Amino acid sequence: MLFRILDKTELARLFEELAGNRIIGPVSRGSDRQGAPIYSFEVVYDFAELRLDYTTTRMPAKRFFLPYRETLCSFAVHGRAWGKIVDFNIYQPQILFGLHPCDINALNKLDKVLMQSVYPTPYYSSKRRNMFIIGLDCMPQPFCFCRSMGTDTALHGFDMFLTDLGDRYFVEIQSAAAFNYLKNITAREPTEADHVRYREVAAEKNSKFTAQVDTTDLTKILDMEFQSEVWQHWGGRCLSCGTCANVCPTCYCYGVEETVDLDLRGAVKTKHLYSCNVVDFAEVAGGHNFRPDSHSRLKYRYYHKHRGFVEAFEESLCVGCGRCGEACLARINVPEVIASVRKGEV
Amino acid sequence: MREKLPFIDVLRQTRGGGRRPHDQSGFEYSYQAEITNVYPLTATEKLYQIQIVDPEQRRRFTFKPGQFVMLEVPGIGEAPFSISSSPVRHGDIELCIRKVGTLTGFLDRVERGTPVGISGPFGTSFPVEAMQGQNIMLIAGGLGIVPLRAPIFSVLENRSRYGNVDIIYGARQPSELLFTYQYEMWRKFDISLDITVDQADSAWQGHVGLITAILEERIAAAGADLARDTFAIVCGPPVMFKFVCKMLTAAGLPMQKMFVSLERRMHCGRGKCCRCNIGSTYTCLEGPVFDYWTVMNLKEAI
Repeated sequence: MLFRILDKTELARLFEELAGNRIIGPVSRGSDRQGAPIYSFEVVYDFAELRLDYTTTRMPAKRFFLPYRETLCSFAVHGRAWGKIVDFNIYQPQILFGLHPCDINALNKLDKVLMQSVYPTPYYSSKRRNMFIIGLDCMPQPFCFCRSMGTDTALHGFDMFLTDLGDRYFVEIQSAAAFNYLKNITAREPTEADHVRYREVAAEKNSKFTAQVDTTDLTKILDMEFQSEVWQHWGGRCLSCGTCANVCPTCYCYGVEETVDLDLRGAVKTKHLYSCNVVDFAEVAGGHNFRPDSHSRLKYRYYHKHRGFVEAFEESLCVGCGRCGEACLARINVPEVIASVRKGEV
Repeated sequence: MREKLPFIDVLRQTRGGGRRPHDQSGFEYSYQAEITNVYPLTATEKLYQIQIVDPEQRRRFTFKPGQFVMLEVPGIGEAPFSISSSPVRHGDIELCIRKVGTLTGFLDRVERGTPVGISGPFGTSFPVEAMQGQNIMLIAGGLGIVPLRAPIFSVLENRSRYGNVDIIYGARQPSELLFTYQYEMWRKFDISLDITVDQADSAWQGHVGLITAILEERIAAAGADLARDTFAIVCGPPVMFKFVCKMLTAAGLPMQKMFVSLERRMHCGRGKCCRCNIGSTYTCLEGPVFDYWTVMNLKEAI
């Protein structure tokens, strides 16, 4: 692994070097009721727009690699005959500038199911293969429990990773492309003083976690507590609105719908991201619903994230970013739900 | 300098026509197929004969009994259907479809000659080869006979390799019985076929009552054979699974020799959309055919 030290003033120059490509990064998009800025991942044209001091974004960067609506294919219809036109909807590489470790880990997890399994999905992998990622270390917010999920650091899945040391960045380089981009930037080898400062910053980050989830034996406990009444409690609060899936960086489930063009000469097959909390998620034609109650859907969500995915890939599908808890109108959040299941009471 | 990153075309990394599961271009590929015939079975179900148009593709299309295909009509929809025909017929498949939703409602109105898209086959199958040398009990309720028709054909075509073959089939009313025209043939191939209905009509002379009543007789007749050399295949509505599987287990049939085919909502058939998940087990990849041991270990499967 290669390490470099970059003066903060040099980052704007790095941005310029990269600017021949489409750059996506965190920007501020107004403020919420408390007056705190709302951050969002957007296409960025000017380095000054980038807010590398961002806390967290309300929405993950998901729409750039798993769009909320995406055309899977279109059909050209000639009389009774028809043909299929497939497009993966990506035409240029994308640079994600300033992803926090949770969001990088989210991509790594999505890779396992969408790219490294049978039937890899080309819509995702074409975007993923054309992605250049600059990671950025962060300070935990009150709702962050990434530490518990083992996603507070990113081991791989980025080209370059920046840690803020005050007046300079500690840069980890993981790809040749990233190394090449640094050629015209003034970067130096780290000294022992930089290492000491890096460890101080890491220790400070560690000391700031407040929220946590106890994942010890969680897969077994979830199985044992499958009939637990705590699910009824949380299900009673859940509005089945699907917001949690919307803001989740790892939720990938979807629905497909087909529409006929107005001129009857074509049709379109569209995929839209869905949520397992929405009432008709598991309903089959004829009306039988395998999960008719909100508590069974909420429970399924937790089982998929914290049990099933662990069973399949030996890691949780949750990255502990806390976005779902922050966005939930019924104030349902992962640390509280898991704690109540472990205790067997709310 | 402003160097641009190179654009990677994921399709250029795949070779070989894109038909294999790992080929990215195969993800959205469907065979051009045609509905060659429509055979009404009941008021709501029809049997569709569907042929992959290209002869070479048709010949190469192979599936195992219990697998399903995704059938697509542009602009109308795409849905999974269990293949109901014999595997020896390759890409000349038969699907039995109930008029119940958007796509199936549309299919109910189409004529023969209608082009459709077929992708697959997907999912797991009944291990009919492993069942050779043993007795087979096939238990179906309602539409559950549809996924069982492919293994029935497989057994018929290799009749000498199996012991006793029992089919127990229940429907609500005589008018809802499927494949009535084949019962005589099945019986002549030395298959015992018991049929029961919940409500008889004036013409009905057969059994009336629950499928479990017949099953009890069959279990008694099989005796110790059931635990030793019998395989069971079960498919039906959720409530039927519960009772039938419990009865067979209580009678000593080992869990790993009992197979079920489960129905779930599916939007992709390729382990991506999550709609068919039971826990986080994809019915489309690890099912639809499961042995009862696996089902017992899945929460809310049946």
